[in-house]
Amino acid sequence: MSALDWIKDAPETAPYVRRLPPAMPADRLERVESWGMNRAVLAYVYRPSTIDGVREVFEIARERGLAVGIRGAGRSYGDASLVAENICLDLSRMNRILAWDPSTGVIEFEPGMTLRQLWQYTIGDGWWPSVVSGTMFVTMGGAAGANFHGKNNFAMGPIGDHILDFDLLLPTGETLTCSRDRNAELFHAAIGGFGMLGCFSRIALQMKRVYSGLLSVSSFATRSFGEIIEQFEARRHRADYLVGWIDCFAGGGKLGRGLAHEARYLHEGEDPYPAQTLRVENQELPDTLFGVIPKSVVWRPLQLFSNDLGMRLVNAAKYVQGSTVGNHKTEHQSHAGFAFLLDYVPNWKWAYKPGGLIQYQSFVPAAQAEGCFEAQIRACHSAGITPYLGVLKRHRRDRFLMTHSVDGYSLALDFPVTRANRERLWALSARLTEMVLESGGRFYFAKDSTLDERAAAAYLGEETLSAFFALKRRCDPENMLQTDLARRLFASRLAAAKPHGTVRAVS
Amino acid sequence: MGDSGPWRHAIIVGASSGIGAELSRQLVRSGCAVALVARRGDELSHLAETLNAARPDAARVYVHDVREYECVPALFQTIARELGGLDLIVYAAGVMPAIEEDEYSFAKDRLMIEVNLLGAIAWLNEAALRFQRAGGGTIVGISSVAGERGRRTMPVYCTSKAALTTYLEALRNRVGRYGVKVVTVKPGPVDTPMTRNLAKKPLLIPAEQAARSILAAARRGASNAYIPGIWRWIFLVLRNMPSAIFKKLNF
Repeated sequence: MSALDWIKDAPETAPYVRRLPPAMPADRLERVESWGMNRAVLAYVYRPSTIDGVREVFEIARERGLAVGIRGAGRSYGDASLVAENICLDLSRMNRILAWDPSTGVIEFEPGMTLRQLWQYTIGDGWWPSVVSGTMFVTMGGAAGANFHGKNNFAMGPIGDHILDFDLLLPTGETLTCSRDRNAELFHAAIGGFGMLGCFSRIALQMKRVYSGLLSVSSFATRSFGEIIEQFEARRHRADYLVGWIDCFAGGGKLGRGLAHEARYLHEGEDPYPAQTLRVENQELPDTLFGVIPKSVVWRPLQLFSNDLGMRLVNAAKYVQGSTVGNHKTEHQSHAGFAFLLDYVPNWKWAYKPGGLIQYQSFVPAAQAEGCFEAQIRACHSAGITPYLGVLKRHRRDRFLMTHSVDGYSLALDFPVTRANRERLWALSARLTEMVLESGGRFYFAKDSTLDERAAAAYLGEETLSAFFALKRRCDPENMLQTDLARRLFASRLAAAKPHGTVRAVS
Repeated sequence: MGDSGPWRHAIIVGASSGIGAELSRQLVRSGCAVALVARRGDELSHLAETLNAARPDAARVYVHDVREYECVPALFQTIARELGGLDLIVYAAGVMPAIEEDEYSFAKDRLMIEVNLLGAIAWLNEAALRFQRAGGGTIVGISSVAGERGRRTMPVYCTSKAALTTYLEALRNRVGRYGVKVVTVKPGPVDTPMTRNLAKKPLLIPAEQAARSILAAARRGASNAYIPGIWRWIFLVLRNMPSAIFKKLNF
């Protein structure tokens, strides 16, 4: 073939030519990471600050046949806010407070507002969020999408139980107002619906009255899962918060040993200086350790302990301290100080560099919890992958469609991810999942990195999934809203709906 | 890590024959998903069928003439999306039309610059920006030992490859600091359709062997890889040979 033949043989004549959507602007391309640093993707990131901006993003996606993954502060441990090679709709700039009534404690805000903004805005008026997570850096849109819970789930339910109503912007451009009376089915599905049904554009939340900036916190040591569960059962009717820490390295007769904290709100009049303790300045976490060491650098020495031996020592030391000098102590602690343990050491997750971490959290009915959690820790020990942190909480059922909650307990396990252990860790997670499913347990999208489609179908059930995806067909007929988590857990249902974004062949 | 390298998703531009086709075969064998990009749809489809018979969905076909520069950003993005990510790109497209002793064909010369150089710039600019943002990735450019000196038998082929080598070096200096590897591959004669018309083929090697060496060099993250390695020493001499002597060679 001569060079000139080469030129004449134009590809337009070939039957393979496809009409491509216009290219996305290259400056939108960013690396987007899961909070646990266990997965990173590239995506075209848009950060609109108004609802019209969100509509424009939906239009851009429609024109180009792209999927849109909604992201708040990116605080989910796994892939719940990632969507590789498509559009990441980052709502963190859409963060205005729209209305606040200190006489009723009802606040309205946009989805990108953080939990930190929320409590700092209201606490001076004597209102605290009824439900808070272990970090204050989540967005409230993300909180609603995940239907997050706190250390008081057994008493107060998830955040959804305190949402009065919300506006949901659908990919079609339509906005629906949802409450327990209006579009009730969608209300109970979009909360906990991990951004699959629409984008929250306004949320109204009922806050909780508090009469002091302080909580009364007591701590005690427990020697086994059986004992901590027994203690929680005895205390849960009078406590406002309950949380347990488990030393996952302890085995044999010490298996399940840990420390528990119980907290209660102060009654009206119990705090002689509520105006002082309710000030934001008196809630802030300190910037330094022992008054001198800046906490921003603490993750570096922490990295020295970020290995099996180091973490075994840290866990043992914590237990020894808590079960001796720290046992059965009661003290006053600020709301923020008690609630936001994950924020004490900024960027502590960097101690898990370079592989990151996953959190494996299972929710198991009360009667099966002790047996299931003991079996899980034993399975970790025999697999040679011990979680560096274990946290136990008490939960109750709720009415949200995709709920992760049970009338029982959750155990959250932090595992380091390394190049060497990644495959074994996912295999171990699959074994832990079987144990949870056998116990009738459930899982939480904000934490998950390892479930597969079969496990998700097994715990959610056909009836729930059919109802959820029927709503999705109504709210998002083009299947525009997708995340890597949704593709991992519901691939066949997303594919079964009308495919979105196929490139047309030229006829 | 076996022969797979660290790659899971790759684009091979110029995949329909020669080194590109062989690289595609070896990458698929190692578990990598590949996007086959080339002008000739029939050859590509045939190759994809063979590859997908061995492992379903291992290869996807994208028919594209690298001279359609304005299509590249959209096609690049589409491929990355359909593959679900990207960690390797190989630019293997190249032409070397036969040039007679006293022929000065601008059409042929322009074609070589367009395919061997401008197409590479269009594709690898996209890859460089993307890998820079990602903080990693491997770019492999198939240049040639022909780019080391201006030779009387193939002026513009040498020019296109010299320019490609310089471009790849600049790219490496630009994106290396972001963890991106840029590998300049300089093969001598390789037994492919492109070299069929060549009169002299010293140290000719099969495409299969060339591809194996190229992937090994890319895994090492080598800056410059002569294929086979002996060319490094031959061209050390030739590159430093004074022009007064070099021009007398029938080379």
